[in-house]
Amino acid sequence: MNIIVCMKQVPDTNEVKIDKKTNTLMRQGVRSIINPYDLHAIEEALRLREKMGGKVTVISMGPLQVIESLKEAVSMGVDEVILLSDRAFAGADTLATSYTLSRAIDKIGNVDLILCGKQAIDGDTAQVGPGIAEHLDIAHVTYVEKIIDIDEKEITVKRLVDDGYQIIKAELPVLLTVLKEINEPRLPSIRGILRSREMDDIPVWTADDLDIDRNLIGLNGSPTQVISVDTPQLDVEARIFEGDYQTQVDCLLKALMEQKVL
Amino acid sequence: MDYFLTEKQKVIVELARRIAEEKIAPVVSKYDISGEFPWEIMKICAQTDMFRVFIPEEYGGLGGGVFEMALVTEELSKVCGGIALGYAATGLGAMPIILFGNEEQKKEYLSRVAEGTICAFALTESEAGSDASNMKTTAEKDGGYYVLNGTKQWITNGGEADIYTVIAMTDKSKGSRGATAFIVEKGTPGFSFGVKEDKMGIRGSTTRELIFENCRVHKNQILARPGFGYIVALKTLDRTRPGVAAQAVGIAQGALNACLKYTKEREQFGKSIASFQVIQHMLADMAMKIEAARSLVYCTARMIDSGADDISRESAMCKCFASDMAMEVTTDAVQIFGGYGYMRDYPVEKMMRDAKITQIYEGTNQIQRNVIASTLWKK
Repeated sequence: MNIIVCMKQVPDTNEVKIDKKTNTLMRQGVRSIINPYDLHAIEEALRLREKMGGKVTVISMGPLQVIESLKEAVSMGVDEVILLSDRAFAGADTLATSYTLSRAIDKIGNVDLILCGKQAIDGDTAQVGPGIAEHLDIAHVTYVEKIIDIDEKEITVKRLVDDGYQIIKAELPVLLTVLKEINEPRLPSIRGILRSREMDDIPVWTADDLDIDRNLIGLNGSPTQVISVDTPQLDVEARIFEGDYQTQVDCLLKALMEQKVL
Repeated sequence: MDYFLTEKQKVIVELARRIAEEKIAPVVSKYDISGEFPWEIMKICAQTDMFRVFIPEEYGGLGGGVFEMALVTEELSKVCGGIALGYAATGLGAMPIILFGNEEQKKEYLSRVAEGTICAFALTESEAGSDASNMKTTAEKDGGYYVLNGTKQWITNGGEADIYTVIAMTDKSKGSRGATAFIVEKGTPGFSFGVKEDKMGIRGSTTRELIFENCRVHKNQILARPGFGYIVALKTLDRTRPGVAAQAVGIAQGALNACLKYTKEREQFGKSIASFQVIQHMLADMAMKIEAARSLVYCTARMIDSGADDISRESAMCKCFASDMAMEVTTDAVQIFGGYGYMRDYPVEKMMRDAKITQIYEGTNQIQRNVIASTLWKK
């Protein structure tokens, strides 16, 4: 089984603050991490490899600092990692990003399964996974909570939806985007960390390495333009009700009705 | 203190710390209450290669020794000395095979330990504690087999482990020269387990009786050769006592860490109790004692790994010193926490319960002092 995981390096949003003047993320000094949903995609890929054999390759698009996150994936046990990095890729929206990743996957070839996290915690679009599948003209299933069954030809998954779940069967190759509920990501291993530290030849592919239409990548290939960004203002009013329980409950009920919550 | 760890040792320590803080910390109380064996944590230790650190490379290990085993044990013990024991006692159970196994035995068993198979070491009996020579378990020769009969008591990892090193008498008339060490696998007919002991501390570990009733073990399972059982046991324990000492250092460091946090938060007389000199001095004493013990443990472990043979005295010293230190430090930690320290909702009473065993097992500290004293007049 040849499995590809698409990974994004994101700022640790637990540490990120927003610059109130410019409405942008203050990224200086903020730790970069593997997008948490992608850790679940990597874990699922490793479990499938343990069960069925094969190879797990993690690909990512971004600046050279992403190599650190790719090494972290190596320390968890993935076989190969590839970074797509080129000034020409910069400024890509989800359409251009998914196109670029799809060209890299096409170059790798003979892929049985592509796994992505449900969404990235910085952009929250959840569009790149499905976008890759569309560019590759293969099926995709989003919000996968469980892989129920898989063989060389087809896969059965449980997909979570708002009012329940769906059981979906698809032919391979297929792209899945996975939820956190699918597994618990493993820690790295000592041998994995040692291997990742010795790895100084991580392949970096540029636009020239790919069979790619330059009009469809980077800022040029991105129809989405960010006009402005606003931070929602949170107006929180806190009130403390005193007295015995009955009085407190009465006050709370009254307040909720005044606010038309009830 | 900078102990000049190698890059590999730093990786081992950092990862062991992550296991302790991310995976063990949330379940410490669960296992302390239930007394179950922490399989979920042992599986994580296996997956992260922790069992490989003390196994030679040719059997799937990472080629480290007692020092690496001690480093992992210390890190895990900072968060739970009980859960750490499942790991450390596997080191104890594997040590006789590392030291005395022949090529076939090493290939068969050490490669399984590297993958995370739990081990145990069985010497103690109800009438044979400090006086290990008073052993009653026998192994009678019958063709190519030995037939084991008897009961081993208080065996850490008993019932959970797959691989056991068992010391039994093959020739009672020869006294301590009549003991032999056997590798016995779980599932061997005639080998069963007693009830699980309900312990004061290290409750996240399992302690059981091993019961042998006409249990036939092939002669190929003998470690070293017949009559060498005591030598196997003594040389093993000399090399694993730094593991107990590391457990004690870890427990004590965990207690100090808890105190550092608590004394900043707890206010009396309008200020944090960390601002009182009496508390600061207690904390300073704890830190000093811990570092002194750690230095002795690391030095001893490195001495052992260098291949030195005459190590009984240093091994006894580090175990005795570190465990006495852990008892003092955890008792002081409960004192610093005051009434809260005595309550199960706070972490330090458990550390005090866990620390106590380190003064008792792998040779009581009184026996360790006998060993140390016996070397004082030697040149």
